[in-house]
Amino acid sequence: MSNLNIGVLSIQGDVHENILAVKKSLQKLGYSGTVCSINHEYQLSNLDGLIIPGGESTTIAKLSMKRYLFKTLYDKINNGMPVFGICAGLILLSKHVNDKNIGKTNQIHMDLLDVEVERNYFGRQQYSFESDVEIILHNPTKIKGIFIRAPSIKKAGKNVQILSKLNDSIIAVRQNNILATSFHPELTHDIKLYEYFLSMLKKINSK
Amino acid sequence: MISLSGDIENAKGICQKKINSNDVTYGTSTLKRGFAHMLKNGVVMDVTSVEQAHIAEDAGAVAVMVLDKLPSDVRKIGGVARTASIKIINEIMDTVTIPVMAKCRIGHVYEARVLEKANVDMVDESEVLTPANENHHIWKWDFTTPFVNGCRSLSEALRRIEEGSSMIRTKGEPGTGNIVEAVRHINKVNYDLSMLKSIKNYGDESILIKLARDFQISYDILKKTAQLGRLPVVNFAAGGISTPADAGYLMSLGCDGIFVGSGIFKSSDAKERANAIVLAATFWDDINKVYEAQNLVDEKESMLGIDIQELELKMQDRGKN
Repeated sequence: MSNLNIGVLSIQGDVHENILAVKKSLQKLGYSGTVCSINHEYQLSNLDGLIIPGGESTTIAKLSMKRYLFKTLYDKINNGMPVFGICAGLILLSKHVNDKNIGKTNQIHMDLLDVEVERNYFGRQQYSFESDVEIILHNPTKIKGIFIRAPSIKKAGKNVQILSKLNDSIIAVRQNNILATSFHPELTHDIKLYEYFLSMLKKINSK
Repeated sequence: MISLSGDIENAKGICQKKINSNDVTYGTSTLKRGFAHMLKNGVVMDVTSVEQAHIAEDAGAVAVMVLDKLPSDVRKIGGVARTASIKIINEIMDTVTIPVMAKCRIGHVYEARVLEKANVDMVDESEVLTPANENHHIWKWDFTTPFVNGCRSLSEALRRIEEGSSMIRTKGEPGTGNIVEAVRHINKVNYDLSMLKSIKNYGDESILIKLARDFQISYDILKKTAQLGRLPVVNFAAGGISTPADAGYLMSLGCDGIFVGSGIFKSSDAKERANAIVLAATFWDDINKVYEAQNLVDEKESMLGIDIQELELKMQDRGKN
């Protein structure tokens, strides 16, 4: 595996910032690779890893269906393609999704990550917040968490490794090839999570 | 990473709290501008009722904007247009999971305060409503809730950002079903930006300082915008969008997303049109998808537009300073 091919799902949301963060991380780690925005099914075939960025999960799910991306994505991830889901991305990957305010919704999701997610857990935009969070990457480390109408993980299955908690909420997890956070690393200068994802991706792809 | 040009670090809208042992901060520019980032490549739809909000959410809108009357009705009925009923805003917030925005009158600090109290996700200080203060816009740094403002040029956009706006949209001419003004405004912003970049490349700082005076903004934000080469916040198109092709065209001019006002719910095929406009805005760079979207609507059902020459009221002239 010499040249990594990394995609950012480019339906809606914070695509550009994720592309920049991946580029920066590739450079820092000295990996050779390319990053591209993905919004066609055919673009998925050569990917070594994918980021599903923050945005509106209902919109991303609905519009992905229009491009027949959803099923192919499901198959690829189920077959071991590394994926990093951020905020809306976390919601799309999860097995169980509820809304804090409304309860059960008809949110389309992929049923891959064995967690129970509550959308808009921390409240509406006024209650969006920044906080330092402790996270176990290769080692325990501290990063700035940007939580925007963020979801929270209420329960995680036994195969899910909890990387970070904030009070009672689980905010970052890993399950084999799936990495997911409820906060937005792409909005900060800190690229530690991307570096972690890239090294995870390299390890999985070299198997 | 998010651009923070023009940021005020000790703004009153920023508040800190300790939750257990964690320091938590609300209302920073990263959070406010970051919220707007999550709307990128999406469509925000004007709605006046719970039913319309449902149609918008089902179509894949990234947010809804609650109004008392759609812009074209404001135009028709006349009188004073004010912020929507809190009751309807609450009902809509209780039924959809996507963000809910609402409009307040230009300069009306207390309408904005009330909307913040109601817990809307974003306030639109909008020229569609009758202005309350002709000299001053709201000082938006005092709020924890983010604001979106309209503009017709780079100078207007940067004035609003310096007042604390976290998102910009073109003013266009609301309620007309005519995109000519929105196109003019985005073109003007783009033209101003390319002029700014060439002044920066020319390297004569005195020209930049004079331009900041002309623009009535600080030198600092102008310089940072020149370095950035684009607006430091997300920029949407608004005003007159009524067909999928309209949405696609404006996206192609460099807009980050679309606001649709009267275009959807003043047409006779609202549901199909809502779906179609979202489809076209999302996949604007694929003409096959825009074609598919345009094919979902019938021009006979489009809202009847108004020629700009025939307008008695130009909403875009409100709050231009």
